[in-house]
Amino acid sequence: MGLVLLAIIWLITFFSTYFFAAKTWWLPHGAAKAASFIDHQFALTYILMGIVFVAAQGALGWLVWKYRDGASNGPVDYSHGNTTMELMWTTLTAVLFIGLNLMGSHVWASERFAPAAAGAVPVEVTGMQFAWYFRYPGADAKYGRTDPKLMDPSAGNEAALGLDTADAAGKDDVITGTMYIPVNREVDLTLRAVDVIHSFFVPSFRFKQDAVPGLAIHMHFTPTEIGDYEIACAELCGLGHYKMHGMVHVVSQEDFDKWLAAREAEKQ
Amino acid sequence: MVAQDAHAHAAPQGFIRKYIFSLDHKVIGIQYILLALTAVFVGMFLSLLMRIHMIWPTAVLPLVGEIKPETYLSLLTMHGTIMVFFVLTTAPQGGFGNYFLPIQIGAPDMAFPVLNMLSFWTTFVAFVVMLAAFFVTGGAPLHGWTGYAPLSALQSAGPGEQLGADLWITSIAIFCIASLMGALNFITTTLDLRAKGMTMMRMPLTVWAWFITAILGLLAFGVLLSAGILLLLDRNLGTSFYVPLVVVNGQVMGHKGGSPLLWQHLFWFFGHPEVYIAILPGMGVASQLLSTFARKPIFGYKAMVYAIMAIGILGFVVWGHHMFMSGMSPYSAFAFSIMTMAIGVPSAIKTFNWLGTIYKSRVRFHTPMLYAIGFVSLFVSGGLSGPFLAQPVLDIPLHDTAFVVAHFHLIMGVAAIFGMFAATYYWFPKMFGRMMNERWGRIHFVLTLIGTYSIFMPMHYLGMAAQPRRYSQFTEVAYLSNLMPLNRFITYAAFITIGAQFIFVINLFWSMFKGPKASDNPWEATTLEWTTATPPPHDNFGGHTPVVYHGPYEYGVPGAPKDYVMQTDPAGVAAH
Repeated sequence: MGLVLLAIIWLITFFSTYFFAAKTWWLPHGAAKAASFIDHQFALTYILMGIVFVAAQGALGWLVWKYRDGASNGPVDYSHGNTTMELMWTTLTAVLFIGLNLMGSHVWASERFAPAAAGAVPVEVTGMQFAWYFRYPGADAKYGRTDPKLMDPSAGNEAALGLDTADAAGKDDVITGTMYIPVNREVDLTLRAVDVIHSFFVPSFRFKQDAVPGLAIHMHFTPTEIGDYEIACAELCGLGHYKMHGMVHVVSQEDFDKWLAAREAEKQ
Repeated sequence: MVAQDAHAHAAPQGFIRKYIFSLDHKVIGIQYILLALTAVFVGMFLSLLMRIHMIWPTAVLPLVGEIKPETYLSLLTMHGTIMVFFVLTTAPQGGFGNYFLPIQIGAPDMAFPVLNMLSFWTTFVAFVVMLAAFFVTGGAPLHGWTGYAPLSALQSAGPGEQLGADLWITSIAIFCIASLMGALNFITTTLDLRAKGMTMMRMPLTVWAWFITAILGLLAFGVLLSAGILLLLDRNLGTSFYVPLVVVNGQVMGHKGGSPLLWQHLFWFFGHPEVYIAILPGMGVASQLLSTFARKPIFGYKAMVYAIMAIGILGFVVWGHHMFMSGMSPYSAFAFSIMTMAIGVPSAIKTFNWLGTIYKSRVRFHTPMLYAIGFVSLFVSGGLSGPFLAQPVLDIPLHDTAFVVAHFHLIMGVAAIFGMFAATYYWFPKMFGRMMNERWGRIHFVLTLIGTYSIFMPMHYLGMAAQPRRYSQFTEVAYLSNLMPLNRFITYAAFITIGAQFIFVINLFWSMFKGPKASDNPWEATTLEWTTATPPPHDNFGGHTPVVYHGPYEYGVPGAPKDYVMQTDPAGVAAH
């Protein structure tokens, strides 16, 4: 049975490690500024944890086989432990875990502690069962007032968000069901939810943030590649959670300006 | 160590007092185990339906018919809730802890036998209320086992959020009351009813684990109970603890000013210690069994005790790591993240000590030992994904994906269940006086180990590839369709693994009546339960109180007549 255990534990270790190392399934292609650092930190963590994983499972399999009853080993080592070794592996683990943690903290800080840079593109994202809406404040750079009493999800866009047409700031607000943003410019995001919690997850941007009713959460990120990227809701929000899907189109500054101008024109 | 006579009570006569409303901690322990066994099969069946729906969305199934997206979410909610509360909390602590904690410390019963009985029957009522949620109009709730508000607080937020959700939260509240009663009993019993010579530092590590688990329960379940009552008020009396001004499908709700994050803080203040409530008893059992079957003292007994304590304390200051993406202050993420990494340290100490125990030992491969070794392997695998999720930056891509599902299933699900299997195979002879079948035990072990790894290891890959959790279908998001082959593989593995569990159940009940008779100490173990008759008499030690002379893991003692020295053996062991 010792040999069987050794074989099973080692085989499980081998297959698990193989698929991690072969990158058969991996993080989606990164297309935002934060991606390269996050991916680097992920790779570092996975190499270190991978080494610990292989070493621990390898040792477990080997030890139970080597010290099986009936093998020609010496007598059992009557020992209650070894304080030096305890201290050694406690320190090593503490340094490894806490060190790893500190290394990642500056990226977390840069996206959250400081506000978006001046000149960032403002976009407000609103989640509701089961759709995403995107609002651009227009030339006045101000979002118009919305009124919960005016919200009519079945009518979509302006009506879904309950945009108050009496507010002058809202006259030039553009509201769409698909997100357009210019490449290589920071996006100044305001996240809202009207009913329950949703989570704005764009895997390619390494971006995820819950949208919470009652809160306006500010985040910023910078897309770095032109292309179309999928948005998936990542917080259970009700029966349509799995289809609360959206698209982000990252386009050139020129195309973005054209697109926004066309939407403004439609409004008039 | 107060006078134990006060707690002695005469053996009851009559079926009802003996087997139904029993005051005997051993009967109550078995009742808890049977309740958990029922619950685990319900929970497992629900998970199988989920896996079937993921890969055959239009299949019409016997008993349940076609599974709609909302049905899927109900299955998910009930699977999680039933498994966490009625299996992972109930069996290791209420079941095995109830049966063996008093015996292992040399007590005739729990400190409060009536409270113990009440605690079990309250848990039973909670289970019935929980199951009732399936059968009411609208069905079971769809808000997930974490019940995030406002989804869980608004009756109009979806099907199942009417009466089903009220039953769900009521059941949890009742369960909290039961667990508080149980926790008080465990703590008092451990502190007051230890036999002469059973100092704290001579207690088996199982007892330490149950004791610390009880303290965690006492501190955590009270918070969940309060949170649950507030949720009931929000749902039914129009208060706004968790709900701000919201508009559901064009309707303005009457709430304003509440905080959805308040629920998350309260829930995870309970929820994170709950992880340790589920796993600590398994750690205790693994330690006990590794030493027993390796015929060697546990490596670093004191370090093990301090590690359990450290995990218990740190377990209360890490809850925020569930909330990195929640909109909580990003500054606090630093603190929670460092604390979370810190809790990895005592966990690692335990793993090193388990390996150290096997080093230069003589491993006997009985079925319980196989499960203890499996526990260590799973604990390592499930634990090592922790440092990914504990880093806020890596939590950005991984939070709420299948990676998280893989992580917590391996560590608090499968590892904890391996702890229960180990405990079952180990203590079965003492509980029922017969041995379980070893051959079928080994087959069950091999299939379950390979099966569970095949289910949960691939979920890491799914999570890395950004498959969100709690999706009933992968058709609406284009990149998810590439992951279907892996999802199919997981479902097939689930079929095999679940099939293998019937081997266990048949072995369990067959051995209860037909297994070969067990001796009083079939594993040649040292702790007090192996000094008494099999099964133990009503007062555990047949009228006398054991006196303890040694620590719990005296194996391979040089110069001793046998390779082990019982805790009650007055003959000397070299001082240590």
